[in-house]
Amino acid sequence: MFPKPIEKQSQAAQVAYKSLLPVALAFWLAPLLAVALFSVKPDADFTSGNYWGLPSSFEGAANYGQVFFNSDMPRYLLNSFMITVPTVIGAVALSAMTGFALGIYKFRANLWIFFMFVAGNFVPFQILMVPVRDLTLEMGLYNTKTGLVLFHVAFQTGFCTLFMRNFIRALPFELIEAARVEGVSEWRIFWYVVLPLMKPALAALSVLIFTFIWNDYFWAVVLTQGIESQPVTAGITSFNAQFRAAYHLMSAGSIVAALPPVAMFFLMQKHFIAGLTLGAVK
Amino acid sequence: MTVSSDIPETESWFHRNQQRIAPWLFLAPGILFFAVYVIAPVFQSFNLSLYEWDGLGEKTYVGMRNYEDLYWEYVDRDAFFTSLKNNVLWLFLYLLAIPAGLFIALFLNQTVRGIRIYKSLFFFPFVISQVVVGLVFTWFYDPTFGLLNTMLGWVGMGPINVLGNENLVTYGIVAAGLWPQTAYCMILYLTGLNAVDPEQIEAGRLDGAKGWSMLWNIILPQLRPATFIAFVVTIIGALRSFDLISIMTQGGPFGSSRVLAYYMFEVALSEYGFRMGYGAAIAVVLFLIMLCFITYFLWSMYREEKGH
Repeated sequence: MFPKPIEKQSQAAQVAYKSLLPVALAFWLAPLLAVALFSVKPDADFTSGNYWGLPSSFEGAANYGQVFFNSDMPRYLLNSFMITVPTVIGAVALSAMTGFALGIYKFRANLWIFFMFVAGNFVPFQILMVPVRDLTLEMGLYNTKTGLVLFHVAFQTGFCTLFMRNFIRALPFELIEAARVEGVSEWRIFWYVVLPLMKPALAALSVLIFTFIWNDYFWAVVLTQGIESQPVTAGITSFNAQFRAAYHLMSAGSIVAALPPVAMFFLMQKHFIAGLTLGAVK
Repeated sequence: MTVSSDIPETESWFHRNQQRIAPWLFLAPGILFFAVYVIAPVFQSFNLSLYEWDGLGEKTYVGMRNYEDLYWEYVDRDAFFTSLKNNVLWLFLYLLAIPAGLFIALFLNQTVRGIRIYKSLFFFPFVISQVVVGLVFTWFYDPTFGLLNTMLGWVGMGPINVLGNENLVTYGIVAAGLWPQTAYCMILYLTGLNAVDPEQIEAGRLDGAKGWSMLWNIILPQLRPATFIAFVVTIIGALRSFDLISIMTQGGPFGSSRVLAYYMFEVALSEYGFRMGYGAAIAVVLFLIMLCFITYFLWSMYREEKGH
């Protein structure tokens, strides 16, 4: 292990390390802790200039209550879910198939199609912006959740294909050959042999795509406009306009908007990190 | 399986050619989506950059004029020049996330009690949306009550208005971007460090390597895959910078924090009016910059594939 395990060093070094950890963490998360502190302060603290002292009264319930019952935030959150969940299902379904095709079959165009997916996944959004917005307008899907979902599914298929294909490549190929000898059809091999083995990949991709899409801002701004379809990342700017200079409410709103992917991360940590670090180890 | 010998005669064409057709059937939906929404738009944007178009009326063919205009904006050190300059700045400064991430990973690569929770909490900024990161840092930099100026006040400095200062603003935004990006690089390196071969470390120790020489000669070469991925995601992230700028400054003050990605959006969809053709030309420039990196990434992957 590198660096040298701290247990093998002097008592003083161990104590120093263990006390340094929480301090370093507090520094690292300072901007976030500040917002958390703001979100439980009463309005009066801001007008009286008590920004960093202890809250003069604990108003967490009132502030978050405002966000949930007296603003458009719940609607934006609902929109976010209604955009994110179908996208996850769509992108994972499409890429399970493309990944299977590119991971299992040997044909001449294989690597080129694979590289097309990988390259497309890297292009800057701006080069897609005008044509995609146009296409969405023409289909009558501008300012709808469906329009946003369709684009997200298509774009995420690039990354997901990369992920799935590499995962399938690492499976034991003998299983598939054995099934073929038995005369199992290709579709059934996909459904009954490969798919069950892909559960870890499906889980990892689902949490990753959930986070990516939930946090998307650019496409939300380009393809949607109003409260009926905007996800929370775009909606939070109108929320902040509504509560201009009410820092306690804006802080509470930001925390609420950030929470679902955070919850997802802590619940599915193992899958999340396995997904993000795919390829980081040979 | 004695019956199988006489099946081929009764098998349908589809059955006989199953293994050649199946991959295309599996690929069809994915390729269709990807072609319509990703591949075709790239070419459409190239085409559009030769036109003048307000998004509604007729398109007018103007040849290379959009690019000539960009050239003059560059020569006159106008918005395009500023955006390009800031993109270069983003690209280089953002790469600091890689050594910073490695540093934190080395710091956290221990087995003391509760270290797993520390690792998760250090990774935390990456999970939050850039919109929220932008808001958090806008308040962090606030000249009247921001935490930064409060801390500067303790040591008798400040206040500085980071986001209101033309010379500081891009650095301020990049610092905000480095926060989640460093977390990402950290997790890549933590995973990499986990898989470092202990025997090689022992061998190195016997040869008298420790500290820096151990890190440089024995650890880093084994971390190469992690470094490669960190490099890819950081470059892509730097060139995609849009959310933070849009939330924190909207390109200001006086357009000094624009990058190509944001400038393109401004030109095509925001108060500058709907100059789609001109926007497309900016997007093409950004795409060509990205293409250099994409080509390099794919080339690396290609060599890897052939190596197997």
